[in-house]
Amino acid sequence: MPYSFHNDNRLPQGRLAMASYVIVGMIGVLLLGFWKLQIIDAEKYSSMAERNRVRSIPVIAPRGRMLDRDGRVLVDNRPSFSVLLLRDDPALVEKNLPGIADGLGLPMADLKEELSTTRNLPKFQPIIIKPEASDADIAFIESHRSDIPILEMISISRRRYLPGGFMAHASGYVGEVSEQQIESSNGRFRPGDFAGKTGLEKQYNDLLMGTDGMRRVIVNSVGKEVGRLSTQEAIPGKQIQLTVDYDLQQVAEQSLGTRPGAVVALDPRTGEVLAMVSRPTPDPNDFSVRVSNDIWKRLNEDPLHPMLNRAIQAQLAPGSVFKIITATAMLEDKVPPESYTAFCPGYATFYGRQFKCWVYGKGSHGIVNYRKAILDSCDIFFYNVGMKLGIDRLAYYATKMGIGHKTGIDLPSEEPGLMPSQEWVERVFHRKWYAGETISVSTGQGAVETTPLQLARTIGGIAMGGIFKQPHLLKDAQNVGEERFTISEPTVEKITDAMYGVINDGGTGASLKLAGVELSGKSGTAQVIGYSTRDRVGKSKKFEDNAWFVGYAPRRNPEIVVAVLVQESGQHGGTASGPVVRDIIKAYYDKKNKNNGQTTVEYQHFNFENGTNPAQAALAVNNAQPAAPGKTDPAEAAAAVIPAPPAKALRP
Amino acid sequence: MKDAPGTRDYDWWLLAILAAICALGVIEIYSATHGSSLAGMHMKQVRWLVIGFALMFALSRLDYHLILDQAPILYLIGIVALIAVLLMGHSRFGAKRWIPFLGEFFQVSELVKLIIIIVVARFFAEVGSDELSLQDLIKAGFLVGLPLVLILKQPDLGTALVLLPMLVVGAFLAGLQWQHAAVISLVGLLAVGSVFYPPVSRHILKPYQRERVTSFMHPEDDAKGSGYQVLQSKIAVGSGGFWGKGFGNGSQNQLGYIPVRYSDFIMSAWAEEQGFKGVLLALGLYMALLLRLVQNAQRAKDRAGMFLVMGVAAALGFHVLVNVAMVIGAMPVTGIPLPLMSYGGSATLFVFLAIGLVMNVRLRRFVN
Repeated sequence: MPYSFHNDNRLPQGRLAMASYVIVGMIGVLLLGFWKLQIIDAEKYSSMAERNRVRSIPVIAPRGRMLDRDGRVLVDNRPSFSVLLLRDDPALVEKNLPGIADGLGLPMADLKEELSTTRNLPKFQPIIIKPEASDADIAFIESHRSDIPILEMISISRRRYLPGGFMAHASGYVGEVSEQQIESSNGRFRPGDFAGKTGLEKQYNDLLMGTDGMRRVIVNSVGKEVGRLSTQEAIPGKQIQLTVDYDLQQVAEQSLGTRPGAVVALDPRTGEVLAMVSRPTPDPNDFSVRVSNDIWKRLNEDPLHPMLNRAIQAQLAPGSVFKIITATAMLEDKVPPESYTAFCPGYATFYGRQFKCWVYGKGSHGIVNYRKAILDSCDIFFYNVGMKLGIDRLAYYATKMGIGHKTGIDLPSEEPGLMPSQEWVERVFHRKWYAGETISVSTGQGAVETTPLQLARTIGGIAMGGIFKQPHLLKDAQNVGEERFTISEPTVEKITDAMYGVINDGGTGASLKLAGVELSGKSGTAQVIGYSTRDRVGKSKKFEDNAWFVGYAPRRNPEIVVAVLVQESGQHGGTASGPVVRDIIKAYYDKKNKNNGQTTVEYQHFNFENGTNPAQAALAVNNAQPAAPGKTDPAEAAAAVIPAPPAKALRP
Repeated sequence: MKDAPGTRDYDWWLLAILAAICALGVIEIYSATHGSSLAGMHMKQVRWLVIGFALMFALSRLDYHLILDQAPILYLIGIVALIAVLLMGHSRFGAKRWIPFLGEFFQVSELVKLIIIIVVARFFAEVGSDELSLQDLIKAGFLVGLPLVLILKQPDLGTALVLLPMLVVGAFLAGLQWQHAAVISLVGLLAVGSVFYPPVSRHILKPYQRERVTSFMHPEDDAKGSGYQVLQSKIAVGSGGFWGKGFGNGSQNQLGYIPVRYSDFIMSAWAEEQGFKGVLLALGLYMALLLRLVQNAQRAKDRAGMFLVMGVAAALGFHVLVNVAMVIGAMPVTGIPLPLMSYGGSATLFVFLAIGLVMNVRLRRFVN
């Protein structure tokens, strides 16, 4: 035998037996491990397996549309595809990234950035690498399904608004919900959801949003859907009908043009908002996907604050429009009596200080009573009335008629304006009221602040005899609020007669006359700063006046009231804002007459020479070419230009 | 050889157990792959099994003494092959382990496992004394250490580790002294400890190996990353419950959540679909197989045969332990397949050749 081992039969039986025990022990320990998993923790792992297997995919409910009062679509949705990147396999992602960047036209750096910012999300959760996929993108994905299997598309419906910021402030916009919104929504919002951020989109978000459905699907380990368990259909958001009239809104948009300011048109009988414009305006379509940093920055840094809805958020001195309130207070309070007259030499002195009338330097108003004071907007008369009434009576009437508190419109973030009073200065400034302040307030200057919407409601309500309806944008609004402050019939008659006179009897709005329409109203030219300061620093663009005009028709129980604000136009209220009011009211009657088979309303020119209204100045509202009315007076020609081109063209 | 062994002398019980385990494997491979792009894999496995059975019978006919006589040459071939694979082997799944042979890729290390069983048996059989001297122990350590290091270089930690139980069991049966055993245990504990101690493991483990260790210790931390496999396997096993979800009904298995469910993690798929009762059956069969091997060792004609059989038992037992412990999350992922159930050509052939050696010993237990 060459080797000793060939016949060595000394076997270590004891140690072999030990090996057997080790084997039995080993199998026993392994079985204990299975016992733990399969018997003790079976339920836990069963639910984990179920969670693996079943994925719940939300089915996004399309938002409800917004219609105008006649059922025309103002805001709707458009289908949009987003490109998804499935990230389950990092190697595949890495390999295909250049091809994807090239095919979808995305910068490689952006893609990598996107991947690195989302690297902490679970890998099975795909990321959107390109919202708003184009037809070419879709074709690219379809044709590369086999060689780039990590791209998918999902359909998301996006908000579509009318172009050019049409009604943008009223409609508002949607955006991805913020963390705050998610927290306070009791689970209604999930990250990535879109919800209304401003305007009606926010106000009626619950109606518009609908309920997302859910698809429960079986997915395999690479996230591919291999079966469907159940589908809960999405419940689309409810469509809402607005009180807005598309035609009037369009006229309002065009007539205001690009000038900073606001337009509100109301039906004072119901509180229905017929049109609402604010300028400048963002394009809410910019927000419907994901607002770009550039646009967001530009909107927020713009000194004109385009995001502000001036119709409900601009709190400015109403200027002479406020005189209607002062006059109403005077006639109701009978202090001073109706017969009260004041002499206007162009200025007046109170407490040793000189207060000017707007006519100062251009002449004087002579002896004025309340009617002439309204027609000519004489400041001196109302200074005196204010002094006699006192701030408390004035504040009482103004507050009762809607100044200094919210109108309650169904829009978020409405501002209340401000009606100063003795109580207010004591509370806020801890000082006494200076009697001189009443002088400013009685002509709508000083601390008094109103929003365009507030003024529309107040003037409309006075013409209604003291019924102030809650403005609203939802057509079938329930329980529309109403404040009544009964104004005696003679007072209403006198005030509305004076406002009719402002336009039809040679007042400050004489150039706005419309044939056959009892267009009434009041202009206001509010100083951004006081006269005295202006005198000191000299006149410059920075301190241009805000031009107001609030007009309505017909004279009593009006169907429509329009408040227009043109900010810092440097023009008189009747010149800058009046034509916008007139255009809208003309459009209102044109539409009404057309429905009744009648012809369009004609513009009338008040002729300073003989008081007649030459019909040749007539012009159809939608005629883009300004007519050439009697070119005797450049101011007349300017006033007749409609629809209003940009502000500069309007300036004489 | 006089008195060539007859069919009566084969260990039919062992073959029956073997066949039963293979059947479980084929059934589960079918269940795991039938609906996927890998469909038909069970038939490929059947083909490997047939070849394996044939090789097993062939090897059993060749007297193991003749094989042991050739141990030094076999050892040399094994080392050369390992070096060759390092120099020009094919990389698959990030490691150089494969050489092409007959149109298939073979893992050289599987062949080397077999050779080391033979070499270790030869070495310890030649140790005359009942007590293993320190000198011999160190020699044996170097004998196994060289191929172990070469396999680690591929890198293939799992296969490399399989060589250790062959050495340990061999040394134990060769009369390992208790004090030596204590020292080795201490060194072993330190080694394992350092693997789990990051400041040290940073220097001795490859990044993917460290990741496996980390994910083994904290699988829930990174459910979609490296802890994914372990967690998904545990979910599969646990959700199977006592009765299992039924053949072809395991969601973890069928939807592909179990990693390599037809191979390294086949026990996970089996446990999900067949439940604890199925696990009892499978582990019962493995226990019977291993005990049967020990019995064959006890009845071996000589020490050399006993060492051969126990080398095989050590290798298979270690495979079962490490693979099954991995499936239930009790050990890190090492890439060691479950003998006879996992799909795989080289691994299956290794097991059958190893069993062939056992048969060889058994057939000659009465021969002088």
